[in-house]
Formats: sequence, C-alpha cells, structure tokens
Amino acid sequence: MPTDVTGPAAPPATGLALRGITKRFGSLVANSSVDLDIVPGQIHCLLGENGAGKSTLMNVLYGLLSPDEGQIFVDGSPVVIHNPKEAIADGIGMVHQHFMLVEVFTVAENLVLGREGGIGLSMRRARRTVRELAERYRFDVDPDAVVEDLPVGVQQRVEILKALANDARFLIFDEPTAVLTPQEIDELMDVMRALRDEGKAVVFITHKLREVREIADTITVIRRGAVVGTADPAESEARLAELMVGRAVNLVVDKQPARPSAEPRLRLQGLSVANAAGQVVVDQLDLDVHGGEIVCVAGVQGNGQSELADALLGTLPVTAGSITLDGQTLSGRTPKEIIDAGLGYVPEDRQHDGFVGSFTVAENLVLNSYDEAPFARGIRLDLARIRDNADDRVGEFDIRTQTIDTPVSSLSGGNQQKVVLARELSRPLAALVASQPTRGVDVGAIEFLHSRLVGERDRGTAVLIVSTELDEVAALADRVAVMYRGRIVGVVPPDTSREALGLMMAGVPADEALAATSPAHRTSAEPRTPGHVEGQR
Amino acid sequence: MSTTTGPPRPAPEAGRRARRSTRFPWTDVVTTVAAFVLAFLVGAVLMIVSDTDVRSKFTYFFDRPSDALIASADKVGGAYGALLAGSVGGYGPLTETTAQAAPLICAGLGVALAFRAGLFNIGAQGQAIVGSIFAAYVGFSWHLPPVVHLLVAVFAGLVGGAIWGGLVGWLKAGAGAHEVIVTIMLNYVAAGLLDYLLTTTVFQRPGRTDPISPIVDWSATFPRLAGGQLHLGFLLAILAAVFVWWFLERSTTGFAIRAVGANPHAAATAGMSVARTTVITMAVAGALAGLAGVQAALGPSASGLPIPLTAGIVGSIGFDAITVALLGRSTPLGTVLAGLLFGALHAGGLAMQSVAQTPLTLTTALQALIVLFVAAPALVTRLVPFVRTRKAHASGPVPEGGLAS
Repeated sequence: MPTDVTGPAAPPATGLALRGITKRFGSLVANSSVDLDIVPGQIHCLLGENGAGKSTLMNVLYGLLSPDEGQIFVDGSPVVIHNPKEAIADGIGMVHQHFMLVEVFTVAENLVLGREGGIGLSMRRARRTVRELAERYRFDVDPDAVVEDLPVGVQQRVEILKALANDARFLIFDEPTAVLTPQEIDELMDVMRALRDEGKAVVFITHKLREVREIADTITVIRRGAVVGTADPAESEARLAELMVGRAVNLVVDKQPARPSAEPRLRLQGLSVANAAGQVVVDQLDLDVHGGEIVCVAGVQGNGQSELADALLGTLPVTAGSITLDGQTLSGRTPKEIIDAGLGYVPEDRQHDGFVGSFTVAENLVLNSYDEAPFARGIRLDLARIRDNADDRVGEFDIRTQTIDTPVSSLSGGNQQKVVLARELSRPLAALVASQPTRGVDVGAIEFLHSRLVGERDRGTAVLIVSTELDEVAALADRVAVMYRGRIVGVVPPDTSREALGLMMAGVPADEALAATSPAHRTSAEPRTPGHVEGQR
Repeated sequence: MSTTTGPPRPAPEAGRRARRSTRFPWTDVVTTVAAFVLAFLVGAVLMIVSDTDVRSKFTYFFDRPSDALIASADKVGGAYGALLAGSVGGYGPLTETTAQAAPLICAGLGVALAFRAGLFNIGAQGQAIVGSIFAAYVGFSWHLPPVVHLLVAVFAGLVGGAIWGGLVGWLKAGAGAHEVIVTIMLNYVAAGLLDYLLTTTVFQRPGRTDPISPIVDWSATFPRLAGGQLHLGFLLAILAAVFVWWFLERSTTGFAIRAVGANPHAAATAGMSVARTTVITMAVAGALAGLAGVQAALGPSASGLPIPLTAGIVGSIGFDAITVALLGRSTPLGTVLAGLLFGALHAGGLAMQSVAQTPLTLTTALQALIVLFVAAPALVTRLVPFVRTRKAHASGPVPEGGLAS
C-alpha cells in the first residue's frame, strides 16, 4: 500500500475506491479530500446540489480531470487515470448527461465508434453485441435504428450499452434523469436495478430526493466539494435535503388559499396549434386562468404542452381558436407585442431559449426590455440603468454570481433560472407562463423559485405553469389541468391522488379516474411507499 | 450554488460595482505572437529552399557549412529587412501601410459585424465593388462643390454597399436562402455588373474602347497629407471601427445583433425579430464593405492623383477582409490591428520584391501561414512549449457546472 493514502480506511479488495481526492480550480476547491468506496452489486447515490462537486469528482474518476491530490484504487491496487481510455480499460464507464452519440449513426455504428481497431469494421459483430447486451439487461434497442430517431430515454440506453460493450464494471450515471420523462425514469430505474443484479457497481449522481430514496443502496452526500456524510435510503426527504443543502429546507410551499379574480384574465378558447412538422399537437383546447391563481398543466411530456407554451408566446402560430389576455387578443401577434401586452414567459429549455449564455447577468436581465425606457434612450443603451437594474435584481432574487458582468453560462442551473425569473417578474405582468420552472434546479433554489411564483400569484397575476413533475404540480397548483394528446382531459383540485392524476395523464376522463382510484379500489396490487409516483406509469 | 448557507464566498456586494472584469486575453496575445514567429520561420525556410543560389551552397554543406548558413542568413535577413523597411521603416513606408490597410479594415469590419450576428459574410467583395461603382459614379459625373462632393460620393458608396448587403439579409430572412451561397453568387453578379457598366455610355470614358471610366473629380478624391500616402480614407476606417464598437456594445440594435448571433432562440423568445436583425446587420455590414470600395475608388493613386473606375478596382480586398476579420477575432480593435498588419505586409511585400528580389507571392504565403497558425491555436501550443504551459495555467479545464458558485 502506498504511503500517501490519507483516507481513514484501506481500499477494499474488490471495487473502486477514492482516497483523499482534492481538485482545485484556481482558488476554488471543487473537491476537498474526498473518500468514496464503490462496491459491485450496489447502487451508490451521489447526492448533492448543482455545483457541489459531484461532476468534478466523477470527471476525475473518468480521467477527464487530473486530481491535485489523492489516489484512486481499482480492486485494491492504486491506479492513475490520465484519460477516458484508461478509465475504460480499468472498467469504468460513464453515461453522460449530454449524450456522446453521433446522431446520424445507427446504434451499432455508435457502439463501434472509438473501438475500430484496424481498418475493417465488423458491423455484424457490433449488431450481435447490441442484441446480446440488450437481451441480457432486458433493453429494447434496435441495433439498426438511427440514434436521432430514437426517444431520449432510448438514446440514453445506447449510452449505457456503449459502456457495457466496453466491459464496464463501474457505471457512472451523471444526472441521468434530468432529461427523462417520468415513465422513462421508471424504466431507467429498472435498468439500473438489472445492472446491479448482474454485479455491476452503479454510481447514480443526482439531486432528486425521490429518486435517491427509491433506488439507492448507499447514499453519499456531497456539499461544497466535501463528503458530509452517508445516509440511509430510508431517511426522510426532508432529512436528505437538509444534509444536502446544509440547513433545514422547506419542501412544502407556503401559500395562502388562492383568491382568484371573478373574471378570467388569460383565456384559451378552441385553441389549436400545429408543430413545426405540421401535426396538430394542441387540439381545440379550452382553458381559463383567473388572476391570482396558479393553474398547472400536468401531463406526460410530448402531449402538446411545449407547443401550447410556444403558442402563448407567439413563437408558434395558432391555427384555430384564440388566446386573450384581459380581453385583448394575443393570438396572431408577434412575441414582442405579446410580451409588451404583459405576458411573462419562462421557457421550458432555459439553455436554449431562456438566456444568451455568453451574455452577462446584467445583459440577460434586460434581454426583453433592452430597447425600452429606462434601459434605452433612442438607439443608445443606458448602461448605468442596466447595471443598476442588475444590482437590484441580483439582490432581490439572491442570484449567486461573482459580479453582474459574469456570463450567465458560468452560473449554476438554479441561478440561471433565477436570472430568467428575475427578468420576467421585474415588470408588471398580467399573466405568467412558466414551463418546467424548476427542471434541473437544486433543492434550495426550488424552494425560492416556488415562493416567487406564489408571490406573483398573490399580486393578482394569472399564472400558468406547465410541469411534468407531479411533486411540483401538487405543491404549486390551485387547479390542475391534465393534458393528454393536445386536449385538457379535466381540471381537478391539487389534492387529487397521484393515481387519479396518472390515469388522467393516460387519457382517462376525470370522473372515471377519480372513481377508479377512490380508496376502496386501488389499481395497484403491490403496496408502495407513500411517495411513489404511481400515476406516472 | 443556490440558496445555501456555508463557507464564505466572495460577497456579491464586494464585486457588484466592479467594472467589466473580463481579464486581458494574454493567452490570445501569446498565441498570436507565437503564430507570427512560426509563420516567419516557415517563410524563411521557403525562401532558402526556393532560392537557387542559396540552395547550391547547401550541396557542400558538410564541407563548409558556413557558406550555406551565411548565404541563408543573408537571404532571409535581406528579405525580412526589406519587408520591415518597406512597411514601418520611416514616414513614407508607414503611410503606405495605412493606405493599404484602410480598405482592408473597412471590409474586415463588414465581415466581423456580420459574424457577430452569426452570419458568414463572404460577400464583402461584391459589396465593395458596388460601393466603388456608386462612389465613382458620383465622383466623376456629378460635379458638386468641394467637400460636398466628397461627402455625397462617400455616402453613395455606403448606400451601394448597404443595398448589396441588405439584399442578402432580405433573401435570408424572407426566403431562407443561406447567406454564404447568396453572398458568393452576388460577388459574381457585382463583378459582372461592373464589367458591363464599364461598356455603357454612362460609365465608359468618351473616346475609349477599353473598359475604363472617366477620372474622378479632384473634389471627390480623398485629400492626403504631403509627403506620404496617408489620406482621409484611413481616418474614415478608424472612425468606422469606433462606430462598429459603439454600435455593437452601446446601441440597442447592436445588443440585438449580439443576442441573435449568440443564441437566436433565446433572442426570439425575448421578443427580438431575428429576421429584422438579419436584414439590418447585413445592410450595415454591406455599407462597411462598401466603404472599402469607396476607398478604392476615391483614394488617390500612389502619385497622389485621382483615378478612374476599372474592372479590377477593388482587387481582392473583399476576400482578404475575411482573413482580416478572422485574425481580428471579429472585434473592431482586432480588425484594425489585423488590417494594419496585412497593410504592412502588402506595403512591405512590394519593397521586398524590389529590394531583395523576393517574389511577391512570398508575402501571400506569409499571410497564409500567419492565418493558418492563428486559426489553429492547438498547433501553435503543440509547437511552442512556452505557450502550452502558459495556456494550461491560464485556462485549465472547467468542470461542467462545477465552477459556479
């Protein structure tokens, strides 16, 4: 054993062990003397907020970064990993959050990629490998399917297959659920269990408490680059959140009962919207949102929610029906006119639509008002006002940034979302449309973002939230509108059971769903933990 | 990080009022300088290899290496000495450099501005040609009072370039045509248009059968400083650079241009019109390239006289402009510096040819080498170890989402 081992325990004879891993970036310590044991046949959850250093640690393990101090052991013997190739040789496989796949290649071609070894390619062998592995782990993957045609969940499985084809014994999943729908998450969990049962060591990086409690065998909590402890999967969510954030976190949104206005402010009547491919994805939808209430549109992703939000902003044309805000017609107008009419908009994909990553915090905070008073005088930008505004918003929304001149792309997900929300809420709104307002955002920030959304409601704004996370729907909504295949299946109160909501999300009308899930007849045979997302299957 | 309590981190208040904290890009500077050095080294090798006299001395290198080495040093030293003397060696050469640089800077700004909006403007050549047509026409056929004549001629050139560029923006925004294809094709159209116009009675000089126009009036020619080549055009080029900086960084339109260039989806979601921004950007970029054409048409000849419009009036300014803009990293200051460098190479190349009998094509090769090395920083860092350590120190790998605090 080398003498530079600073860890408390000797590395185990089988499995992967980290001892005293420290990684610094300039003055910032991303990982501080981390010890970790990854044992075969276990699902090891690495729990921590965005920016806590989980990804850095795994990048060290995968050879993408070299540690400043510390040692990695594979099966008890020390190894030095310089690059991913060596990591793969040591049996480490990584399933990246953003898939490393060539989209125009087939599944089998992606598997061969990087392992060509000579000029001749054996596609037949690659196909056979895909089939064998798919069968062994009960995946449903066609080796000849082109990756870009596959749903996100299946693409992820291709990533897993790639790792398995390299004989990975230690599989690292970096925030794998962030891009998945609830159903795909369930399927992924099954895959991870199958991998564990085959004797693989699974490392699951996440900040979602529900998932951790559902699947983890071991939980290691990381906060500010250091391991703050291990936890039992049976711990309550509140306790896990407290460990992760470092203080007690309020997981329930504090809100008074809604006092909706008499007249609806935002009205959608017979609204139809076609997507870019020309398919009708919102189909004669009717929905009213009153001032001072939060209506959540729940549903499985891909049922027209995204297009509904796009149509509200005017970036997708309305093919039939109308959208009115306080009696003014919004449909058929440009996004600029709609924004000026008092619609606030938080896009579903903030990286893509919410902000300009290379722009500073200050610039992003005026992205939709830069050409209006007080930020512009004629064609001239008033930089002083823009900076004053940024100072105010950064303080008000507790945006954690070094300066207001920091590019937004270098902020954490939660703070990026705060920038978007701060921009939208800093002007008087008649209605606010927010899609997946807390996707990819850590617990501490979720609490804050939720309270701001409720605050906007209490100011009398009509708030429409599109979310696929039932937890969020239950926490925020005053009314829940379940969307299925472009229509609203029913509008129900927020305390409706998950089972009933789940049935409605599969297209069952509200009254039937409620009757079928009344306490007398549970649809599910096996008992479930109370918090289980039953309805999303 | 989000709303967490915990160890101290830089208090937001402390950094709040700090002015733009973007650090000076030392790595870029070091890489660029290293690229120059490498380019000149390769250029030296080219010179030695291509010179028969020097090469012959290498045949007995192992008997008397001094012969070959001295001949090589003479050759390279003489050529680079001439290059230096011809570009920055005194008042005359310096002003020649500015005269060569001015149109490159203008056209380079046109490419750089479009690039900031995410548009690849290959059409500076065509825009410059149309700019020169407009400016020259006003210059030789409208006989206006001094000062007014020059102003009107310059303005006409700007309008000509703006039309040619705006057309590209309009086709892209309205019909979805790709700007690269459209600009390349419009380059041909502009060159053909100039050839045609020079055969018409409106443009062709009376009594001539070759394609040449009347000479531009004195009142529409850029005045120049006595004793050198420095003329008003260079001042206009610098003003244009200052304008582009202000336009991009301080105007609402520039804000939209940068936003559309960096993330068109977010720009559209924030209510900006991508189509409108595209048209405006291309029109302004065209006007800047048009100004390069104005320089070519209204700038005085080497002997200080007004010149006529001819088919090759803009040379290859529009194409060199792409290189200038890329070398200048699409910033106004960078474009000015890159334009000056290329102007110096042009000016010095002429001297190198006449004094050191080195072919002019070598300067072209030098330009190409500099751009090659600048465009491939990884190659430079690999070849020059000093840069590598510097770079690794300055910008270490950043973990995904890990540095945010």
